[in-house]
Amino acid sequence: MKHLATILVSSLALMASPAAAETVAITGGKVVIGDGSAPMDAGTVVISNGRVVAAGTNVTVPANARRIDASGKWVTPGIFAGFSRIGLVEVGAVRSTNDTRAADSVFSAALDVQYAVNPFAAPVAVNRAAGVTRAVVSPGTSNSIFGGYGAIVDLGNDNDPITKARAFQFVELGETGHSRAGGSRAAAHILFRAMLNEARTYARNPSLFDSDLMKASDAKALLPVINGNIRLLVHVESANDILKVLDLRKDFPSLKLVLVGANEGWRVANEIAAAKVPVLASALSDLPYSFEDLSATQSNIGRMKRAGVNVAIGMINDRDAHQLRYSMQYAGNLVALNKVPRATGLSWDEAFAAISSKPAEIMGMGSQLGSLKAGRKGDVVIWTGDPLELSTQVESVFIDGVEQSLSNRQERLRERYRNPTPGALPKAYDR
Amino acid sequence: MEWKGLLAVVAAGALVTGCAATAAETETASASSASSSSESSAKIAFPSTYKAYASDNIVITGATIFDGEGQRIDNGVIFMSAGKIVSVGGPETVIPTDSTIIDATGKYVTPGIIDIHSHLGDYPTPSVAAHSDGNEATSPVTPEVWAEHSVWPQDPGFSRALANGGITSLQILPGSANLFGGRAVTLKNVPARTVQAMKFPGAPYGMKMACGENPKRVYGGRNRKPSTRMGSLSLTRQTWIKAQDYRKKQRGAKPPKRDLAMETLTGVLDGDILVHNHCYRADELNQIIDMSKEFGYKVTAFHHAVESYKIADILAKEEICSAIWADWWGFKMEAYDAIPENAALLQQAGACVVIHSDDENQIQRLNQEASKALADGRAMGIEISDAQAIQWITYNPAKAMGIADKTGSLKPGKMADVVLWNDNPLSVYARPEKVWIDGAMLYDANDPARRPVSDFELGQPGEGDVK
Repeated sequence: MKHLATILVSSLALMASPAAAETVAITGGKVVIGDGSAPMDAGTVVISNGRVVAAGTNVTVPANARRIDASGKWVTPGIFAGFSRIGLVEVGAVRSTNDTRAADSVFSAALDVQYAVNPFAAPVAVNRAAGVTRAVVSPGTSNSIFGGYGAIVDLGNDNDPITKARAFQFVELGETGHSRAGGSRAAAHILFRAMLNEARTYARNPSLFDSDLMKASDAKALLPVINGNIRLLVHVESANDILKVLDLRKDFPSLKLVLVGANEGWRVANEIAAAKVPVLASALSDLPYSFEDLSATQSNIGRMKRAGVNVAIGMINDRDAHQLRYSMQYAGNLVALNKVPRATGLSWDEAFAAISSKPAEIMGMGSQLGSLKAGRKGDVVIWTGDPLELSTQVESVFIDGVEQSLSNRQERLRERYRNPTPGALPKAYDR
Repeated sequence: MEWKGLLAVVAAGALVTGCAATAAETETASASSASSSSESSAKIAFPSTYKAYASDNIVITGATIFDGEGQRIDNGVIFMSAGKIVSVGGPETVIPTDSTIIDATGKYVTPGIIDIHSHLGDYPTPSVAAHSDGNEATSPVTPEVWAEHSVWPQDPGFSRALANGGITSLQILPGSANLFGGRAVTLKNVPARTVQAMKFPGAPYGMKMACGENPKRVYGGRNRKPSTRMGSLSLTRQTWIKAQDYRKKQRGAKPPKRDLAMETLTGVLDGDILVHNHCYRADELNQIIDMSKEFGYKVTAFHHAVESYKIADILAKEEICSAIWADWWGFKMEAYDAIPENAALLQQAGACVVIHSDDENQIQRLNQEASKALADGRAMGIEISDAQAIQWITYNPAKAMGIADKTGSLKPGKMADVVLWNDNPLSVYARPEKVWIDGAMLYDANDPARRPVSDFELGQPGEGDVK
């Protein structure tokens, strides 16, 4: 109990001082800005007051800075998970710990993940220790095509995980949309249009709103979608479903669309590029999981990129509550494709941007997050080597300029069982 | 596919049926190649019709070779002829004339990769309900079913595993809904019209068993036994008692009439069929070990054993393999204590490690999964060589599947199941360049004609694409 008390006191102290945003200079490392530019040898990164002050090769180290020697190391922006459910789930199959969907709720678009994201969930600590510092957190769907408001979060070890609440609305318009809407894509599209039109009705006179279709709260939640005040993240996979989503702007010209998944995006890449709709794409999907994924290929992201699509890596429905640490491996695999004849990958610089600056930009946060450009939030990771390589380990993580504890229960279990044979006392006493 | 799987299950109003990530688990057991009466009847049934495809005399020179048994050869040479490995060695190795010589300078050679835990074919893609053939979830005790009778050879996943993962052999298991899930089958990863033409010649059968959450969830949810872990153990033991009784009668004056379930179970008791036991928690692994001793059989491998690290010493002593993921965790309660150092801690204790996929995606990069497990071990100070990590996905699974005398390492006389990698297979930047199965080149990254396309993908968008 004494030990527990110590932990509580120290973590309370940490919570009380999120502005422990000291001035830090990380010197001598290979610096990756994250904006798609090439890594720089022997660079310096300075963070102060929670923000990046400077990063590059001609950087003056402030006199008051704590210096960290990163010679032989790599220094990058923290990993930005382009689509996730981090913080919404502790144990996937334990329903009481899983806040991704609300199967018995009467609400849909009004559901707001900001009230569910738990910064103390074990997956947050595990992925923080792996170098993931920010994430798009999206609700799933249950009784409607709309899932609710998503958020941008940080994975910091403090009380407040929300970087931007109500950052977007989430909707299913592919096969899942078909089932949520009652059994056809036609039903999904008419439901989409009808709900948005109802929202307009609501806007004209909220006090008189009385709809058979939806709750006033849901109508209210769709208004910023119609007006383009928040993004609409649309999960679709097939080429045809993608085209139908792009067409939505004929009826709702202000929609700020972002495609999610988009396994067949490469087949309509020119159309996506022309529509200037960005994509949070699954990196390594290459099987016909369903008929909406028939032409899935790992070259999807590379081909879309070559066609001029603004694309980043997302992980929809792919261990997206626990394994954001796969982001680096996925990006590395896209680089590997460059050596496979007829495949289209990303350059290393593009691949790293696809898990740092690109998702931030796509979510409208590029001036704040996702790179080491001056003024960005101080999310910095020091790695033992190439961050996309499987053998590389994380040495230090900063979020909002605050150095983070990398401890988590996986690490505690590992240490307890470093030698599995109990000693003089049972394992329960090994701490 | 964690959530995709879960959502599909919920939508179907059914409990986990399958494989894909959410609750998939399986196990196997292995056995010797001895033959008993039940085994001989099994051998007559559904025989393998696999025949090796045409092969040339191939010499690969200048490669870094991981031999599958923990050795590394720099600037190595490997000679394959008539579908077999003839010689493997350093640059001094004699190179026969009349051979095709492949200069692999800067490249790597490994044995064909082996996945001990796959549901390709019995949970194929497209993963529509009509294809859900992995769990006979109508009774918790179904040792009578055979996974091979569910395998759809046209599953596009086989060709992805070949081209992207260098998979040359794999074990297809029934799912984990049942305490006794049925027989597993070992396949060569060759495209074929029939499953029989994929069956690995001479491979022993496996039997899938399961403990833990899945059986009790599936049957407890229907108010049937088992609804608890103790219910599972009791039903499993009762079944073994029946099998022992059947076996006694088999050897008596009046043999009992044929019973498919009992034939499989007596095959295990006779040591002909290998037990592959899906089981997560350390305490449960230990219960299963005691049960196997009670009835006189051996567990060959615990599958999905995310808590093996807690009893690594016991597993080493019992000589039971742990077939595990590198880093899956948290998708259900019994996976909550999984840690990425599981493999390394087992290796440190001298226990057998197999890295498996149980997944149609990760089977395409088992080499990367092994690499992550290696890196996490090294980060905590455990010394493991690259070549030993390759053994986790080659020789060790071959041994646990009872085929290590035929494949799984680059030893003269073994099947020429070989992968040429364009980089170190433990690097994220590596991909298979060529894959040989029994000396036949069935994948070549440089030749579109050497990329298999299943019937399902023919005439579809993306047919023959690099994938």
